[in-house]
Order: sequence, then structure tokens, then C-alpha cells
Amino acid sequence: MATLIIILVVVGVLIIALLAFVAVYNGLVRGRLRVKESWSGIDVQLKRRASLIPNLVETVKGYAAHERETFENVTAARARLQQAGTPGQAAEANNMLTQTLRSLFAVAEQYPDLKANQNFLELQRELSDTEEKIAYARQFYNTNVLSYNAKTETFPSVMLANTFGFQPAEFFEAEEEAREEVKVSFSTPPAANA
Amino acid sequence: MAQIDSMHGDTGEPVLVYDRISANRRQTWIMMFLFVAVAGGFATLIGYVVGLPLAAAPFLFAGLAAYAIFSYYASSDVALAVSGAHKVTKEDAPELYRIVENLCIGSGLPMPKVYVIEDSAPNAFATGRDPQHASVTATRGLLDKLDKSETEGVIAHEMSHIGNYDIRVMTITVVLVGLIALLADLFMRWTWFGAGGRASNRDRGGAAFAILVLVAIALAILAPIAAQLIQLAISRQREYLADASGALLCRNPDALARALEKISADPDPLEVANKATAHLYFSNPLREHQSFLNNLFSTHPPVEERIRLLRAM
Repeated sequence: MATLIIILVVVGVLIIALLAFVAVYNGLVRGRLRVKESWSGIDVQLKRRASLIPNLVETVKGYAAHERETFENVTAARARLQQAGTPGQAAEANNMLTQTLRSLFAVAEQYPDLKANQNFLELQRELSDTEEKIAYARQFYNTNVLSYNAKTETFPSVMLANTFGFQPAEFFEAEEEAREEVKVSFSTPPAANA
Repeated sequence: MAQIDSMHGDTGEPVLVYDRISANRRQTWIMMFLFVAVAGGFATLIGYVVGLPLAAAPFLFAGLAAYAIFSYYASSDVALAVSGAHKVTKEDAPELYRIVENLCIGSGLPMPKVYVIEDSAPNAFATGRDPQHASVTATRGLLDKLDKSETEGVIAHEMSHIGNYDIRVMTITVVLVGLIALLADLFMRWTWFGAGGRASNRDRGGAAFAILVLVAIALAILAPIAAQLIQLAISRQREYLADASGALLCRNPDALARALEKISADPDPLEVANKATAHLYFSNPLREHQSFLNNLFSTHPPVEERIRLLRAM
């Protein structure tokens, strides 16, 4: 009788341990999947942003052909964005693109005809929209990364994370400046510090 | 879709939203069950008074259960239809559409359908049974009178209602509670105008009949109160929570507070709102004078309190 109870207790403990293992492991997998999914949200917008650049450069070239250096910088930043492999690289290239676009728009400022060009205005609108969407996608992505990384670093999931190679994910960092620029281009008041 | 941006605990784990989702699912069931029980009892009583045999009761209950299930699927269409909302495309309302798109990206929710009500009173609501079958409605007044960040705050609040399944309970309430109110109304009329004449033709015990009429009157009075209390119970906490998670989503609690100020200060009444749909809206659309009773039954927490909480974030 006593042995039977012991066997039952051992089996019970094993079953509970197994269930806990499955729950924690699945939690990690789910977290990693969400990070991946939300990354594709950023990726879509980065691709869209990159695809708008050649058209924009061509349009501005039509009015300010001699600003070669500015165009080259923009094109180089775009190429880097397209080649970026990791979220960190993509963020860096994207911030660089933001910087170079800022000088491109500064150039455009000097050409009233260009500023009135419908095509240019449309591209500018599209770019602003994309920048805003990147900011939102970044917010969602970083939230998921935070939640996943916490799992890979806290007990008890950290044990499984180490054993099964769940690496912490990389955040997509935007420069504060870049974020600011998005706000300014929409003539909205700066966000309150939440 | 499980990945919903919302309140986060210290670990960054979205604790609250999952609790809200299961609570809302549960509440929808409870609401449907209560509806069938209360309306069924009500209908049986009316049936008995007007001379239906008690054997009709199971059919009444079955019919009401069918109605409840039907509402589960159709109530969002009903809510949209009675509000006079029309669907818009990206070309019709690019600004609004983009805001909704952005907030979907920020919250990981699927894109809802977008509707506009042609009314100058600024307001908005979300409806549907889950995020995959959801819609967001804004009035023309909201688009005209609020600036972009304020509209974004309002829509973020509505997206939070979608994300934590508030819309499921809120929308089904429109149709179920709406019917109870309608039944109570009918019954009131019947007891005032028809009871004496018809019932006296039948051979019934005077005392027993009087008791029945009293119970019926009590029910007719209680039903709308109960219905109101349901609205109250389901929406106050929801609004505070949606304000908080909306502010978190749009990262701009101040814009949300300003939107509330503008909307509550707006003198235009929302013509299409009524008692059945009032609790759906971002801000109470019914311009009632302040009184103890109105405050007791109001579906929305006081605007001043919502603004104070948002400003404190």
C-alpha cells in the first residue's frame, strides 16, 4: 500500500514537472514567434520606405541636378537599409536614411517649383506615412522583444532558454532625433512624457 | 491574435489584457444566459397573463436563446445600422484610415472595418464580436473638430476596446438589453391600457390576478433598471481601462485628455444615439442634465475624472 502511494506521488510529481516544462517551453516559443511576426511588420514598412527613395531622388534631381553628394548619400543609405541583416543593422541604416533625407528635404526647400510639384508632394506624404508606421511597428516589436527577453532572463524559463538556445532578441532602436522628426513633420504637438 | 499591446507588469508581460479577454468572454456568456432567463421568465409571465398555456414556456425560452445566438453574430451590424454608420474606404477618409492602420500596426490587431456617421457631434465607437470581425466608427464631427493627435487618441481608446474583447460584451448588450427595454415598454402599455378589460373576461381568482398584475408591474419597472445597471456594470471600468491602454498605445495621454475635453464641451447632441447604444460610444452621447439618478445610471465615468487620470499619467 505504502509503495503504491509513493509510486503515485512520484508519477504525479513527474506529470506536473512535465506539464510545467511544456508550458514554459511553449511560452518561449510563442514569445520568439511574436518577435519574428512583429519584426515582419517593421520590415514591410522599411521595404516600402526604401522603394519610395529612387522615385524621390529622381524627382528632386529634375530640379536640383547639381546636388550630387546629397543624392549619393541618400542612395547609399538606402542600399545599406536593403542589405541590413539584423534588426540592429536595419535600425542603424534606417536612422542614416532619415538623416540623409533630412538634407535632401533641406535642398528641396530652396526650390519653390519643386515644393509645388504634385509628384513630390505625394512622395513626401507617402514617406511621412511610412515613417509613422515604422514608429508604430517599432513600438509593437519592442514590446514583444521586451516580453520575450524577460522570459529568457528570468527564472524558471531562463533554464530552458539556456538549454534550448533561446537567444534574447535585438531591440529596434530609433534615434530620439528621428522620432522627433516624425512628430514635427506632422505638425503635432510633442508627446507628453508618459 | 494574441499579441495585444496593453498594460504591462514589471516583466513586460501583458498581464491585464489576457485577464480582460477571458473575463469578457465569460461575461458575454453570462449576459446571454441572464438574458434568456430574465426575458424568458418575463415572456412566460406575459404569456400566462394573456392566456397562453404554460406549456408554451419552453418554446419561448428556445426562441429567446435563438435570438441571443443570432445577436452574437448580428449585433454589430444592428448597432452600425441603427447608428446610421456607412462604411468608408481609404480613398473616402484617408486621414482616419491611416490612423486606424497605424494603431493596428502598433497593437498587432488586424485591420477593422472603418465607418463614418454623418453627424456633427464628435464621438466614436467600436463594435464587433472579436478583433477579426471588428469595426471602428467615427462621426464626421470627430474628424472635423479634433486634430490628428486627438483623433489618434480616441481611435487608440477604441482599438483597446477591440483588443480586449470589450466590444463583444458591449455590442451584444445593445441588442439584448434593447429587447428587454422594448418588452418592458410593451408590457407597461398593456398593463395600463388593456389589462382590466381583457382579463376580466376570463374566469380568474381576483386576489391571485391582482398579485400577478402587481408582480408584472414590478417586473416592468425592474427590467429597465436591471438593464441600465447591466450597462453601468459593464462600462465604467472598461472606459478607464481603455483610456489607459489607449494612452499607452498612442503614447500621448495628453491628446486623449484634450479630445475628451473637446468632446464633452461640444454642444451638438448625437442624434443617432439612444439608450440602447449610448454605452458603445467614446464619450456619453446623450446630453442629460446632471442629477443624482442620471449619475447613478450613466454608462460612462465622469469626464472630469477620466481627464484627471489621463493628465496624471
